[in-house]
Order: sequence, then structure tokens, then C-alpha cells
Amino acid sequence: MSEHKITLTVNGREMSGYAESRVTLVDFLRDELGLTGTHIGCEHGVCGACSIVLDGKPVRSCLMYAVMAEGHEITTVEGLEGPQGELSPLQDAFWENHAMQCGYCTPGMLIATHTLLVENPDPDEEEIREAIGGNLCRCTGYQQIVEAVQMTAKKLREAT
Amino acid sequence: MKAAPFDYVRVSSIDEVCQVLADSGEEARIIAGGQTLVPLMAMRLARPSLLIDINDVSELSGISVDGNDLVIKAGTRQADALASDIVKSNVPLLADALSHVGHTQTRNRGTVGGSLVNADPSAEIPLIAQTLDAVIVARSTRGDRTIPVNEFLESAMATTLAPDECLVEAHFPIWASKNTGFGFHEVSIRDSDFALAAAAAQVTLNRKGNCEKLNVAIGGASPAALRLTIVEEELVGTDLGDDAIKAACAKIGDLIDPQADVHADAAYRGRVAKVMAGRAICDSRDRAKGVLQ
Amino acid sequence: MSEAVPQKQFKYITKRRRVIEDRRFITGRGNFAADYNFPGMLHVAMVTSPYACAEIKNIDASAALALPGVRYVLTGAELFEHINPLLSGLDLPNVKRIPLAHERARYAGEWVAAVVAESRHIAEDAVEMVEVDYDPLDYVIDPEEAMKPEAPMVHPQHGSNILCDKTWVWGDVDGDFESAPHSLAFRAKWSRNSTVPIETFVVTAKWDEGKELLDVWASIQMPKYPEQIARALSLPVNAVNVHFDVDVGGSYGLKRGIRQTVIVSYLTRKLRVPVRFNEDRLENMSGGEMHGPDRIFDMEVAYDGDGIMHSIRIKATDDAGCYPGRAPLQLGKPVSAIVGPYRIKSASYNAISVTTNKTSQEAVRGFGQAPTNFAIETMVDKVARSLGMDRDEVRRRNLIRADEFPYRIPSGSEYDSGDYHTVLEKLQETAAWQELIAKRDALRAEGKLAGLGLSTCLEPSGGNSSFEPFLNPKNDTTTWMESCLIKVDMLGSITALMGTSTSGQGHETLLCAVIGEVLERDPDTIRGTHSESIGALPSNSPVGSRMAIMLGGAAASAAEKIKTQLMEIAAHNFQLPVDRLIYDGGDISVEGDSDKVMTWTQLVDIAHRNYHKMPLGSEPGLQAQHTWEVPTGGALPAEDGTVQMYPCYAFEAHIPLITIDRETGQVEILDYHMGHDCGTVLNPDIVRGMTFGGIAHGIGAALYEKFEYDEGGQHLSGSFMDYLLPSSHEIPHVEMIKHYTPSPLTTFGQKGSGESGYLGAPAAIASAVNDALAPLDLELTTLPMRVRDIEGLLNGQND
Repeated sequence: MSEHKITLTVNGREMSGYAESRVTLVDFLRDELGLTGTHIGCEHGVCGACSIVLDGKPVRSCLMYAVMAEGHEITTVEGLEGPQGELSPLQDAFWENHAMQCGYCTPGMLIATHTLLVENPDPDEEEIREAIGGNLCRCTGYQQIVEAVQMTAKKLREAT
Repeated sequence: MKAAPFDYVRVSSIDEVCQVLADSGEEARIIAGGQTLVPLMAMRLARPSLLIDINDVSELSGISVDGNDLVIKAGTRQADALASDIVKSNVPLLADALSHVGHTQTRNRGTVGGSLVNADPSAEIPLIAQTLDAVIVARSTRGDRTIPVNEFLESAMATTLAPDECLVEAHFPIWASKNTGFGFHEVSIRDSDFALAAAAAQVTLNRKGNCEKLNVAIGGASPAALRLTIVEEELVGTDLGDDAIKAACAKIGDLIDPQADVHADAAYRGRVAKVMAGRAICDSRDRAKGVLQ
Repeated sequence: MSEAVPQKQFKYITKRRRVIEDRRFITGRGNFAADYNFPGMLHVAMVTSPYACAEIKNIDASAALALPGVRYVLTGAELFEHINPLLSGLDLPNVKRIPLAHERARYAGEWVAAVVAESRHIAEDAVEMVEVDYDPLDYVIDPEEAMKPEAPMVHPQHGSNILCDKTWVWGDVDGDFESAPHSLAFRAKWSRNSTVPIETFVVTAKWDEGKELLDVWASIQMPKYPEQIARALSLPVNAVNVHFDVDVGGSYGLKRGIRQTVIVSYLTRKLRVPVRFNEDRLENMSGGEMHGPDRIFDMEVAYDGDGIMHSIRIKATDDAGCYPGRAPLQLGKPVSAIVGPYRIKSASYNAISVTTNKTSQEAVRGFGQAPTNFAIETMVDKVARSLGMDRDEVRRRNLIRADEFPYRIPSGSEYDSGDYHTVLEKLQETAAWQELIAKRDALRAEGKLAGLGLSTCLEPSGGNSSFEPFLNPKNDTTTWMESCLIKVDMLGSITALMGTSTSGQGHETLLCAVIGEVLERDPDTIRGTHSESIGALPSNSPVGSRMAIMLGGAAASAAEKIKTQLMEIAAHNFQLPVDRLIYDGGDISVEGDSDKVMTWTQLVDIAHRNYHKMPLGSEPGLQAQHTWEVPTGGALPAEDGTVQMYPCYAFEAHIPLITIDRETGQVEILDYHMGHDCGTVLNPDIVRGMTFGGIAHGIGAALYEKFEYDEGGQHLSGSFMDYLLPSSHEIPHVEMIKHYTPSPLTTFGQKGSGESGYLGAPAAIASAVNDALAPLDLELTTLPMRVRDIEGLLNGQND
């Protein structure tokens, strides 16, 4: 058993904490760094509730040990807002379309679709469904989530 | 679902990996993407005493063409291989199969080598390796070892890699002939689930349109991905008619040994394995003829 | 929305409004149970039984206790001595339910001991070190086997594995069967599945010695939760404080963690530090409250050559699993709509609850109605097929007509309102039924297996407790009330409190919109919130599709009281009778003299500060509460076995078009239309979302989801790799067609919708699969219809 000091960049800020080797990144974010926006659903890589952005790509934070994230750059749901707390267009569209109910899968859904829109500003429905294909939601049947992403993409296109 | 305690070391070169493996014995495990290992550890079905993190080993990452081989370094992310034009233009069968591996988020971490060493009988990458006679290169402090994939894949979740060996790269032969086509089919319950049965085929047609060379393999129906040499032998030289393909695939029943689990019984897997094989061969033929994109 | 609410224009309700709760969820600021942390908090992990049934001879925790960081190991024997057994829905005095197995473990995965440690990691390490000496015993997994006299008994002290076996006959069933020219009988099965939320159950308890108060933060959705905790621990209810503002990460009926709560509550009182149990997915799926109804239906229907159904006989055999909490009551609720939306003049119902060595069954969305609807709809399809009639035509001939409401069904429930024919017609028109048939036939002509499904189902709503006295005569509960407290503070802002938790239904939004509507105040200026249980008025929690009706009704009534108080203050100050005054947006003016106005601010100020301007003897301040009884509630079942169950009945019709891959059994949903009428819709986005989610649950139940056991009694579906929740790929885009038939029983005409979608989708998918199989003269009547089941039916005989 070994304990490590872990320093990483989270939502643009360098942060440090201590963790045993066996502590997963999601446990570290929640318990050590106090970022409870990222949720735990299954701890075996199926549900996607713990999705975060690691070096620009969406990944499962339950499938990494925190020590493996040393030196890396992470964005969590808490990092999607603007500097003054303004909602991102995607967050706003999730709200406008009521793309959630209980809110538990929502951070993961936002992470998955946020990274989709960075890479593909004009996704079709199939591409949106593919991007959230690894994020389970039990409340919405996914439809209002798809609609929220479509609305965001439309707004972003119109803005440019 | 918390892993049992373990030690952790991050290494930066293959030599270092080999040295740590040599020093630490069988209780050490390499971790790259972790997409299979971490869940197993969470359920305490795997409990290594030491994890060797190879994510910083830059020499374990990359895709290139070397002579007639597509070479993929073991630590290459599945997402990078999927996005690679080199993979797509040289071994399109692999590119197609990669799109069926897990989903976006797991492909962003999961590696090509990780899938090979995990050797899940249903996994796509070992199936393609088996189909194309890929060659695996492993290294240890004892030196390099080149292993044909059919000697590498041993059984379900087991390979012939020695405990002190590190998988370095996989060589996928490139079929240069223009009249080559591939086919890949799998049946899974949900889109991103492991296949209940999968099949891959690659064919080269001669100028008359007859089958000159055919490689076909199935996954999910035997302890390791299985080459269907009986089918290949039966079909080489034919015009690959639908009926001939079906008849040839009907004979694989004796070769396979499907396992039952909570998702499907053995009989189901056996039947659909034949179907998948037939569909994969049909698609490979149609692509070779240019009638299927 | 295709049509406005016909009877009245509203200002805030019925309009699209952003859901207030969403604001915190999109920014990662939800307050879920696992987000609460307390200094010194300890963590629990469970030792689980590897056997389907075993005597626990000894538990040796010494090695575990020696591990640094381990604080305690709790056993069922210790709990048995110090707590009261948990409540059972039926009258089963000899079946004692203790949160940890006591003397005998009765299913694989049952919690046998709770390890308490400084971290969950250490607790799991120690779990492996607890040595339990088991003596394996005979067990029974199949409910029909369990009913045989020679079967091993799950609870020997009860003397039988049958927990309940009751038959009701409503009307002349035998006579109707005898006189009808046709009848058919069949068996349908609804396999063990549930709505599996993404959040597991999480609870933290903290005993405050100074206040002698037990604080509880839990992801709970359960009626009478504080009372159940208090009873188990022999505490007064006023020593238990449940924090209902905890956001619950999905429940759909399931989050009923009373065992977990009693364990951590006992531990925090014993160890004097906060204790958390955060189920992991393995504990949750095999030992938690995750398993739903598991039911065999033996159905008989009598009908004539015109397709008119005259009578039905239903026998439902339900596998309650090992401990009968509220599960058997899920056999009672469907009596609410035992003939579906059809004019069937007599019915008999035999409800059998059986205990087996499986995980206990828990309440699931619809409380037994979704399986029953599946069985009824399968029956209607079979009637149509047997006569060579169209399935929609048979339904049209049997559906209750709009002019027949209120309509009393044979079992005694009166359906409040509906216009089933119009909804079906609108749906078929929008879905282009004839074109769908043509599309299906074109697919068939290409050699594909294609099927069009149809279901027309009811969602009883406004949940009351009538099934309790119905199945358990010793329980004479006849109220299932809900409450709201509204206070207008000195500066004029409005706060409304409910006494329960929320698991995604948007109750804060509901309170604000309803109160805004009545008081004509902008809902965005109102705060709707959850009271702690210690300050809460009576509630029965958001079960049984009830909150739009019940919390909405309570809030509207409380708001009316506030309005009355304001009018009385204004009347007193204007020296005019109330009926001369006009209330407009919170201001009150004199009729015919618009210059004479008292503003909201002035009126509120008077209520809080100027007692000299208040009517003589009135209560200072501005606050009101209302506790609402369920409409039509308040009565025990009649002696003839009839009972008024839920008050309101929403209607839904589903039309999916599917294809089946002949060689693999894979089902693809090509098109999905749904028609829905739940009366006045208070928030369209919330109703829409819950309905889509319900359809997704229904598709899961129809095609993918099952808690599977092997012959050795082992549970095989303990993880998300084995229990398959549908993803965005499996759930299609759904076109929803709305219709609005108001309920005469509720404040605004609203009915419930929390279970919508789920109540009709499984039946519709089954109907589509069977339509696809019909040309081959094959059929399936067991859910889920998995790839292997379908493919096996098509090709299995070739082996």
C-alpha cells in the first residue's frame, strides 16, 4: 500500500491532495478535493455518472486511480460555468429543455455532450446518441437530452 | 467496490517496465487504460500487489506502417487507432471493428494492447488479430519475443505472455491487393455491450471474381477468437455464392465451444456465430467487388 | 402540445416553465446523500451470504476488528435484541424482518453483518476477514415450486411459503363465461425487473447526544419514513429528524432503505459518531431494494363474436422474494383498474403472494399496474387474433365511452373521466396508422419480420392506501394525506414547504407554479422547499402518481386561505364586504372604483406589523397550511369486496413499429408514437420527461431487464454488466400526442403522470413482437423478450 501526494489541474486551477494508490479519481475529486458534482453510479465503468474531461477527452473517473491523474488536466461539471458563474450555452439548453429529472446522471451527460460539441459543432441525432451511448439515464428516456444538445448546436451555429 | 491495497509505480520507458516486472514477479500488473482491470480490481476479482503505470511510456504509443505490416504500439488508445487514417487505409477491417469496441469514453482510455492482453473471447481487437494472423511483439529483460497471435491467445482472459513480459506492439498484415474486401459483424444485446458472437472476414478475389484468399474468424463462441480454416478451405476458389457461404458456415458447429452466461445460452451463441460468419464473408466479398462501401 | 387546455386558461400552470430544481443539477450543485460529509464519520460495508439459504452458526469478527481503522462489526443477533422488527404490509406476525440476517440467511447476497470502519476501503478490507460459519439449507427459487407442500420453507415459523392467497369475484363471472360464445385462456409472465436508479441508496445518521435527536440524510422515497425509523428504534418520532431536502438520484418507487437506515441509526447511537452506509452497486443490486414484481398471470377471458369482452378471470402469482415488506401490496393496487380501460362487466381476481429464497421485492413505478396492464393487453390482442379482427377495432368496441364517466368498474373503483376513443383516434391519425401498416407490410414483403404494436392502458393516480385494508383487514388506514404550509414573510416573499423528499419530480416547481397561479404571483419569486421531518406536516411521499394531485391540491388550498386572509384585511380597511373587492395579482381593489387599491406590500405589512388594522381577533402574520385527503378516499373496502382505489385515471396508448432480425433475434424499434391524457398538465416539460422516461423503463422491462437466478439460488444480475439498462441507442425518439380531459376531482383538473409511459410501453412492445411473429404462427408471452428468447423461438427447433 502506498500513499501519494497528487497534484493536478482541475477546472483551470492547480490542486493537490493525498490518496492511497487504490483511491479512484472520482473518489479523490469528491472526498479529497470536495468536488461533489461528479457522481458515482456503478464504480465499474458502465453508467457514466462519473464522466469527466481528462486532457480534452471524456473518460470515466471511476476507471482511473487518482495517482494516475498526477500532472494531468481535468474538467468536471463544476468547470463548465463561465468565470462569473454564467451558464454555458449547453447548461442553459439542458435547463431550457428540462434534459434531466433527478439530476444524478446530469453532470456526466453534460461532460459527454460538452466534449462532443467541442469536436463536432453540428452533430446529428445519431452522433448525439453515440456520444451519450455510454451514459445511462433512468429518468428521461434520453429524448430531452438529445433536444438540449440539438438546441445548443443550433445556437452556437447561429452565434458564429 | 474499492480495490484491495496495492503499490503503484509510474514508469517512463519499456526497459523500466521490464525491469520492474522482472523484479516484482507475478503479483505485478501493468496498467494502461485500465478499462478492464480497474473494474476487476473494484470487484476484487483481480488483486495485484503492484500496478505499473505505462501511460507515460511514449515509445509504447504510435501507429505506423513497416513493410507489409501495420504496426500499432501496445499503449495506443483505441480512440486514436479508430481515428487514424493509417489504420483505415491499410487495415480497414480493424478500423471498422474498433468502432464496436466499448464506447467513446472507454475508447479514450482503453488501449489496443490492453484489449489484446485481456483476451476477452468476445473482444473485437483479438478477433481481428486472429483473423489477419497478426504478430505480437513482447519484451522482457530476457529480450524480445515475436509471437503469432494464434500462439498468443490461449483461452478466455489468458495469453501466453510470461509474467515478466510487456506487450510492445502488434503487427497486422496489410493485404495489398486491390480486390480485397473485409466484413465485420457482431451481435450484442445493447449497442456497446460485449458481443454475444462476432465474426470478421477478409477476402481477396482473383480477376475472375473468385475467392483467392479468405481469412475468417469468430469471437464469443470459443475460449479464444477462432480462425475458421474449414470454412476458408471450402470457399477458396469458389465464387463465394450466398449458398456456398451458408453451407460452409454450417460446418463450424463442431469447431466451436460457446459458453453460456446470463446473457445467452451456448446454443444461441453457436447459431448466431454461424450467422455472423456468413454475414462477414458476404460483406467482405461485396466490398472486394466494390458493391458495398 | 397539440391542444390547449379546453376548459380554462391559466396564467402559470399548463405553461412551459423552467424547472427550478434543474438549476442546481446543471452546475454540479445538487445535494445528494453522498455529498454530505461530517467530521469523524464512519463507513459501513456489508458481509453478504453466499448461500440461498443457510443457518448462521457463528460469526467470528475478531480478525476484522483487529484491522487498523475498523471500529465495529454489527450482527443480526445484536440488532434482533435491540430493535423492533420492521413493518410488514401483510399480517404476518411470525415473519420477523431484521435489517441483518438473524440466525438464518434467506437469499444469496443477504446482508449478514455490517462492518464499520474509518473509510469504505478499510470496511471492505475487513468484510473479507469476517468469518461466518454457515450450514447450508434447502432453498426454493421457483414460486410455483415454493407453493408445493414439500417445498423447503423460507420462514418455517410462518408454516407456509404462501403469504397471501385471496380471491375476489365481482359480478356473475361464471354466468358470463357460460353465456359468452368464446373464451380463451393463456399464461403471461412478467419477470423480476425494476427501475434501477443510477444512484444507489445512501444514508447517513448522526445522533446528537445534546439534543437527543437523530438526524438522517438519506436518498429516500418512502411513506412514513420517520415513523418507521422511530418504531424500529423505540424512539419517539420527535427524536428523529429526516432532512427531506436531500436530492434523491432517482427512485421510481424503489428507494426504501429502512434496513440501511435502522443499521446506521443504531450504530450512530451506539458509537456516538456519524455513520454512513453508501451501498455500492453490488450490495445494491443483490441485497438492496432493487427487485420489482415477479409475476405469473393465468388469464381467462369470455367474449363474443363481435369482439366484446364480457368477463375476465385473473390469477396473479407473485414472487415476493424473501421478506414481504410492502411488496405483496403490489398485488392489491391493480384492483384499481382490474379491467383496464374496458367495459368488462364482471371479473374475478386471485392474488397469490409467495415467498422464495430471492432478494425481497420492493415497490416499483406503477405498484404492480404495469405487469397487470401487460397481461390485460396481451389478452385483448389474443381476442382480436382469435376472431381475425383488427386490434384497434377490438379496443374501440370495448373501451369505455366518454359519455359513460364517471364509470364504476366491477371491483368498485370509479374512473373519474376520460375520452379514450378520441385519444386513440388522435394517436392513430398522427401516427398514420394505415401508413404504418403499409410500412410493416412492405418490410414483410422484403422478407423481414416486422410488427406493429398497440396498447391502451390506464394509470391510476392520486395514490391512496386502499390496498392496505383491502389485503390486510387489520390495517384500517383510510387516509393518505398530503400537506403544504405557506408563509408570506414581512417583506412579502412567499415560501412554501412540503414534508417529503423529491427524486426528480420537480415538486419545488410544482409548489411555486400552483401557488403562483392561485395568488397570481410570479412563481419565480416564490420559494418551494422541503421541510425537515421534525417541522413537517403529514405527508405520504411521492408514490402512486400522487403529487400533482395531492401536493398540488394542498398547496392550492393553502394559497386560497392566504388569499382569503388578504381579502379580509382589505375588506376591514376599506370597510366594505369582501364581495365588493377584486383580487388582482396580490393587490386588492374596490369594484367599480379602481383608484381604491391596497397593494400586496401594504396588505402583507398590515398582517405582520399593523395589528390595529387587522380584523378583530384575527391571527397576526400571514401563513396558512392545508392537509388534503385523497379525493374519494376515507372509506374502508365494502363487505362485498369492492373498493374505491385511486381517484384519478390517466389514459395512454402506444404504437411502436419494430423489426426482428430473424437470425439473431434482435429487435429494432423503427417508430414510436404515444397518446397521453392525464387531464390538465401543470408543467408540460415535467410530464413529457416523466413519460419518455417511463417508456424507456418499459422498453427495458420488455426487452432487456431481468434479475436472473440460477438453479443454485445465486443471483446472476448483480452488476451493470449483467443487468442491462437501455442506453440512448436502444431508446427511440418518441412522438407524443397530448389530449386533456380534466379530472372533476382535482383542483385544476390534473391527474397523475409519474408512472406514465411505463404502464403501457411493455404491453405495446410485446404486442409489436407478437405481431411480427404472427405470420409464423409463433408467440411469446413472457417478458423480457430477449434476443435469445426470440431467436430461440424462431430457430431453436433446428438444433
